[in-house]
Amino acid sequence: MEALYATVTGFLAASGLYLALRGRTFPVVVGLTLLSYAVNLFLFSTGGLTTNGAAVIRDGVNDYADPLPQALVLTAIVIGFAMTAFSVILAMRVRGDQGSDQVNDQRGEEPKEEKS
Amino acid sequence: MMHHLIVLPILLPLLSGLAMLVKRDSILLPRRAIALTSTAALLVISAALVIQSDSGEITYYALGDWQPPFGIVLVLDRLSALMVCLTAFLALGSVAYACAGDDRKGSNFHGLFQLQLMGINGAFLTGDIFNLFVFFEVLLIASYSLLMHGGGKDRTQAGFHYVALNLAGSAMFLIALGVLYGTTGTLNMADMSQKVAALDPDQLGLIKAGAFLLLVVFGLKAAILPLYFWLPRAYSSAPAPVAALFAIMTKVGIYAILRVYTLIFGGGAGELANFVQPWLWWFALATLALGGLGVLSARDLRNQVAYLILISVGTLLVGVSMNREAPLAALLYYMIHTTLVSGGLFLLADAIGEQRGKAGARIVPGRGVTQPALLGLFYFVGAVTVIGLPPLSGAIGKALLLNAALPSEQPWLWSLLLLSSLAGLVAMARSGSTVFWKAGRGDSDGPRLKPAMLAGLLLLIGASPALSILAAPITRFTDASATQLLDHDAYAEAILSRNVAGGDS
Repeated sequence: MEALYATVTGFLAASGLYLALRGRTFPVVVGLTLLSYAVNLFLFSTGGLTTNGAAVIRDGVNDYADPLPQALVLTAIVIGFAMTAFSVILAMRVRGDQGSDQVNDQRGEEPKEEKS
Repeated sequence: MMHHLIVLPILLPLLSGLAMLVKRDSILLPRRAIALTSTAALLVISAALVIQSDSGEITYYALGDWQPPFGIVLVLDRLSALMVCLTAFLALGSVAYACAGDDRKGSNFHGLFQLQLMGINGAFLTGDIFNLFVFFEVLLIASYSLLMHGGGKDRTQAGFHYVALNLAGSAMFLIALGVLYGTTGTLNMADMSQKVAALDPDQLGLIKAGAFLLLVVFGLKAAILPLYFWLPRAYSSAPAPVAALFAIMTKVGIYAILRVYTLIFGGGAGELANFVQPWLWWFALATLALGGLGVLSARDLRNQVAYLILISVGTLLVGVSMNREAPLAALLYYMIHTTLVSGGLFLLADAIGEQRGKAGARIVPGRGVTQPALLGLFYFVGAVTVIGLPPLSGAIGKALLLNAALPSEQPWLWSLLLLSSLAGLVAMARSGSTVFWKAGRGDSDGPRLKPAMLAGLLLLIGASPALSILAAPITRFTDASATQLLDHDAYAEAILSRNVAGGDS
């Protein structure tokens, strides 16, 4: 299970990183989202992978899952959602302001450079 | 009541920020009043915290009364009290300046500003490393909106770069935290420092990777050399009061480096003791050198100040990497000076740009400013102190740092620090003479400095002479802070031993 889990997390992170390095805003946003999924999966596994482990202390149970990573992941997911929503709106705003979805659009800067 | 004081620097901006959400399109006057009162109250509270921390005792506040290492704690020691006080002072200056009209250009400036203060104060006070991440996100998301306050093409593009980079940074932060939690099994910084010292040798490589990843994240916030490219553009396109507040944001990164690598990976960490500092030394020197070149190349006053911030980041990190009492004390004094003065210079660049009409803050001959004597005086004081010429505070900070270098460190530190100061001197002298002397006559009916702008400028740039007059008590405090910072055992003991007073909420 560990090998599969690690491979999937790594693949997600690699795809996210690749997309985040693209030159257009939409792939960048999708890439960052994938990256945050990979991070959430990774955080989830930091307490060790267990199946059927109890999260709350009960009598007669010896097999516990670490509850802390679950809480951390929940926080990270909430923050990640907010950030993704914000970056989507921002990407649309960039598209509207510049008339192109290039992350590094040079057209707006050139005239300014000549003047100075 | 007194022990609840620690949580107030977080609660107060949160409450006033929320209060301003109630009627978002209401008239500005009450909002300005709330913002100014809340920031001034924050200054009073943080001054009380500085006095409280000066007893030398490290106190903590257990949120929800969950005792460490299990619950989240806020920790007050000399360093965090100093940083919170510095933030409040800087914020008061920027809020005052913003009240002159910059807050009118977009919606809910003051509310976002207060929320950002909450994030910054939280990051300085927390004693839990995941909570540090949460407060980083709070301050970042407020800064995203503040950076784009007022809108405009330049700002949205600089903003997108800033947001994308910081999202990637947050992802790395979480991975680093996951690695640290996976190996040590705790998130409380004091507890983690104990666990790291007693770590299984098999896991050293893993935790080292986590620690380096954390350094990359903090380095991104602090703008160390290979990770600084976002800074000049973001800072120079932000509205002036926001850019002034951002002067503390790089210091949040430096504070985090200082805290994590003296406490968790500091002298008591066994095999991992102080393993980051030698790396930091070279990166800091390179940042210093590049900042010097950048200052010379800047074509806009705001851009120039952004590169001056880069020089100060290099100087501060050199102090961090020397990791002894004297350089740490020197860097804390220099940190107070540079934060306030570079914040003030951002405000000044905006005031100059506003009075020059079309030429703006670009360093080109053009129309003169309306009030050359007043702005020229501010520029002169600001330039002298930020470069580090005597008798103002910059000279004291740099002299303390130069004096603290060992003979083996002297050739690198002295040459690079002094050369970058020289570069700053040349650049500031050139742009000052272009803006003030090679200028035509100012428009006598042009915009003049409003009283609120003057108050902000006086507060921040005027802090420099005050800092050099009060140098004795301040250096006494920073010396004590450096001693306390290096005494990681006392910190761990104050948090983890159960019978220490002041822990109950």
